[in-house]
Amino acid sequence: MDLIVEGISRALVLLFTGDAELWRVIGLSLLVSGTATLLSLLVGIPTGTFLALTDFPGRRIVVSLVNTGMGLPPIVVGLFVTILLWRSGPLGGLRLLYTPAAMVIAQCVIATPIVTGLTLAAMQALNPKLRLQILALGATRLQMLWLLMREARLPLLAAVMAGFGGAVSEVGASIMVGGNIPGQTRVLTTATVMETSRGNFAMAIALSLVLLWLMLCVNAFLTVIQQRRRPL
Amino acid sequence: MGEARDSDKAILRAEGLIVQRAGRTVLDIPALEVARGEVVAIIGPNGAGKSTLLLTLALLLSPTEGRLWFDGLWIDRQVDRVALRRRMAVVFQEPLLLDLSVYENVAVGLQLRGVSAAERARRTWYWLERLGIAELARRPARDLSGGEAQRTSLARAFALAPEILFLDEPFAGLDAPTRAEVIEHVGALIRDTGITTVLVTHDRDEALALGDRIGVLIGGHLLQLDRPEVVFGTPASPEVAAFVGIETVVPGHVIAYRDGVARVQVAQRVVEAVAEMYPGRAVWVCLRPEDVTLLSEDAAGESSARNRLAGRVVRVRPAGTQVRVTVDCGFPVVALITQPSAQRLGLTPGQRVVASFKASAVHLIGR
Repeated sequence: MDLIVEGISRALVLLFTGDAELWRVIGLSLLVSGTATLLSLLVGIPTGTFLALTDFPGRRIVVSLVNTGMGLPPIVVGLFVTILLWRSGPLGGLRLLYTPAAMVIAQCVIATPIVTGLTLAAMQALNPKLRLQILALGATRLQMLWLLMREARLPLLAAVMAGFGGAVSEVGASIMVGGNIPGQTRVLTTATVMETSRGNFAMAIALSLVLLWLMLCVNAFLTVIQQRRRPL
Repeated sequence: MGEARDSDKAILRAEGLIVQRAGRTVLDIPALEVARGEVVAIIGPNGAGKSTLLLTLALLLSPTEGRLWFDGLWIDRQVDRVALRRRMAVVFQEPLLLDLSVYENVAVGLQLRGVSAAERARRTWYWLERLGIAELARRPARDLSGGEAQRTSLARAFALAPEILFLDEPFAGLDAPTRAEVIEHVGALIRDTGITTVLVTHDRDEALALGDRIGVLIGGHLLQLDRPEVVFGTPASPEVAAFVGIETVVPGHVIAYRDGVARVQVAQRVVEAVAEMYPGRAVWVCLRPEDVTLLSEDAAGESSARNRLAGRVVRVRPAGTQVRVTVDCGFPVVALITQPSAQRLGLTPGQRVVASFKASAVHLIGR
């Protein structure tokens, strides 16, 4: 019990005295996971929308692949991204392994199926006749897509939250492709793992609190947008 | 591009329209024309292809075969469908409103067309007023009642000032009092604006209330398209007859003709009908239930109608304020009579009565 109380109090001290290393870790976490989430939205939202609105041979297979991807183990992603970026691997020439870029790639691979799958579910939940009505109102294809996405804005924001959550909280892949190098690829999750293994619980608790606080802030912001009543 | 035709007075014309779904033909319309300013009401049972026809005419569904012209323009593959759809409006059975305010819903079509904000506001408020929903303008559409939502959907369509308005069972989801009110309101708006309208519905009364012409669509075929009194008075086929409320449709043979009256043998009985049909002709004998009077056997002489058929009551069923009685006269005759007459006759199954109807009430269709 003392361990926890002491850990929390020391964590608060660390946070409010502005420990440089801690803030560097927070900043990198936000940068890496934010970028990965943004990229996953760019891929996932159009893909999910396309899968929801069109029918083609093999669609079911693609959909079940996406759904499987939603539960992709980060360790597996980390392994394959590592192999891909390994010096002698197919993309080894890019020299990305153990850089933040490699972590962005790995987190993006984890977040994209989540965003795609939830977008697909969000768009499929709309009344299929709504598409006909929107076209009948004289919408172009792009206008129709825009109106449909606006109609599904609440579950789509949930997809954004889940995507960011998946990216920022995963640890296995980040350690494997980033290496937890201080000042370069150390993020909240990887640092927490390291501090815990060293028995440095105060720092680990501080990092965990920050991670929770970060999730809370991002989700609070998105929730405000999601639940906002639109004025006339 | 499509070819323009000077001779085209029709705003909408279809030729050889065929729509197939999963290899099955669901719609087969050799020819259909809608004149500018008229209201065409298409009636038919569920699954007759009514919505398919409407979606095809509204350019929301491509027919498997056939050609369509809108305002003289042949709609081929190259035609800009969005531009043409912007001259039309469609109201569906479900209001299909967006998750926005009532005002924004009514304005959305104008917004898609890039209509200026001032003009948009003017037209939106005008139609909100006309549909009687102006005080709901700021309400979220999801909080509306069924009637309010359908009025919003109608306002959204009228605000577009369409050249043709398509109505797909727009009153079917409303409760009876609201429905009567909305139908009357829409009828007045259509007459006022003179908008060409195509309505599809399974409800005869809606079609009668709004249609200048009524079409009967059964099994994907347009069996008759004519003025209401023609379709309801002289249906072209037994299927149409049955659908327009003629409950007695039985086969017979003309055995004599004299002075405009044909004598038709039906089962073992003879029915007289005002019709020019000659002996030997196979016909369908059609009779509306409201044209049949029931009399007790001893009062049969009081009727001046030419047809007086004795029979036995088979079934008695209440039908709103009236009573529907099926009488076996060798063939079933359905009569719709008032509750007082039913009580006076004390109708029960098995009782003997006389079904009486005028020769002019009988409609014959050649077989």
